[in-house]
Amino acid sequence: MLADARLIAAKDLRIELRSKVGLGQMVPFAVLLLVLFGLALDPDSGVLSRATPGLYWIAVLFSGLLAVQRAFAVEAAPGVAEALRLSGVDPAGYFLGKFAAVAAQLVVLQMVLVVGVVVLYGADLDGPLLLLATATAATVAIAAAGTLYGVLAAGLRVRDTLVPLLLLPALAPVLLGATRASEAALDGGLGDGWGWCGLLAAFGVLYVGFGLLFFGTLLEET
Amino acid sequence: MTTLTTSANDAPAVDAPTSTGSRSTRILGILILVGSAIGAYLGLVTSDADRIQKDAVRLFYVHVPVVSLMYIPVILCSVASIMWLRKRTDGWDALASSSAEVAAVFVGLGLVTGALWGEITWGTYWTWDARLTSTALLFLLLLGYLALRRYPAEPAARARVSAVVGILLVPNAILVHYSVSWWRSLHQDATRGFDTTMDGNQLSTYAVAQGVFVLILVWLSIHAYRNAWLALRAERGDLDLAIARRMADDDPTGGI
Repeated sequence: MLADARLIAAKDLRIELRSKVGLGQMVPFAVLLLVLFGLALDPDSGVLSRATPGLYWIAVLFSGLLAVQRAFAVEAAPGVAEALRLSGVDPAGYFLGKFAAVAAQLVVLQMVLVVGVVVLYGADLDGPLLLLATATAATVAIAAAGTLYGVLAAGLRVRDTLVPLLLLPALAPVLLGATRASEAALDGGLGDGWGWCGLLAAFGVLYVGFGLLFFGTLLEET
Repeated sequence: MTTLTTSANDAPAVDAPTSTGSRSTRILGILILVGSAIGAYLGLVTSDADRIQKDAVRLFYVHVPVVSLMYIPVILCSVASIMWLRKRTDGWDALASSSAEVAAVFVGLGLVTGALWGEITWGTYWTWDARLTSTALLFLLLLGYLALRRYPAEPAARARVSAVVGILLVPNAILVHYSVSWWRSLHQDATRGFDTTMDGNQLSTYAVAQGVFVLILVWLSIHAYRNAWLALRAERGDLDLAIARRMADDDPTGGI
């Protein structure tokens, strides 16, 4: 299972490294969002700096959607699904591989976005440990849920419209938890930050577990 | 309507009944009509206005029964989805689909009546109250599920994908509820409580209303289930018919 996962993740990341479609569009899109938020919320009024954690995670969510859709768009070509099935890749391994590739892209994305909020919004990164833990747990949660709902698109040949509608309401607790935990970290006083981090971790565990269990079902031949 | 069976290919679509009504659902429907009339009379005429909320308290007789029942079809949808994965029969698929529809109706109705009540008693249609927010998110989750069900695809593929999303409805609803309650409890009380002592005629009016809404839930669920079942049969039947014609080669296009 883990060997299959490594194979799939390496394949996906190799495609991204060579084509640069995902990162070449996802990262600029995320930066664009940061700039647009700055235009919408007057930077001088202090709203922007107060809303920084929320805006950051919205930018991650929306850009993450692109990564998820891209991850399954590369396999939408005719015959790929059949070839995957014939190759005997373990469905759980396939899920883990896809999940790892999406998570890796989210990590790269967030490294750019953190620089973005520091430079553009003037955020001070207090509470680095909590921030790092939050980012890790939220990345796992977003990538796991994204991979699970993203494969629906591949199965039903639904492209761009249905996945956000299914994924975003399900990710509402992640947005909430990640934003509150980041706020707590940036405020200096850690408050409920670790509690929210725990919620994110629980969400991630639920979706990874669910993906491992049910991915085979989603990949079945009709 | 004759008894429903759960195997896929035992009857062609042409034999399918054209109505989802039956004698029992008609009796149920009449009971609901009579019950609603009695409930409306009790709620609007004979029951007393509340000391604090005045006439707004009459919304209680609609809103509370609706929200108290709205989780039942949501849970039913998840259970039916699990059962579909185990048994893979059309009946469970139809049950998952139909209970999600009924759930969306009840959750939507709960939101609308809640917003109206809020406007009267709190002076605003919407507050970011824990219950309101998590119910709104549940409604959006249901809309996503129903959009998935509407997506044109092979019945088997759709049933499979819907089952997985349907199972996730309950854990998602729990996560949403838990996180939102926690979030709001940092700022304000999770829900604004009312003094819930009711006097005799308010209690009896509420009991009638609750009973009527239980019947409505049952009636809607039966019709929605039969409707989903017939839709499935029509989909399959049409395909079988087309294949049969193509096999017989009397029409090279298979009638499509």
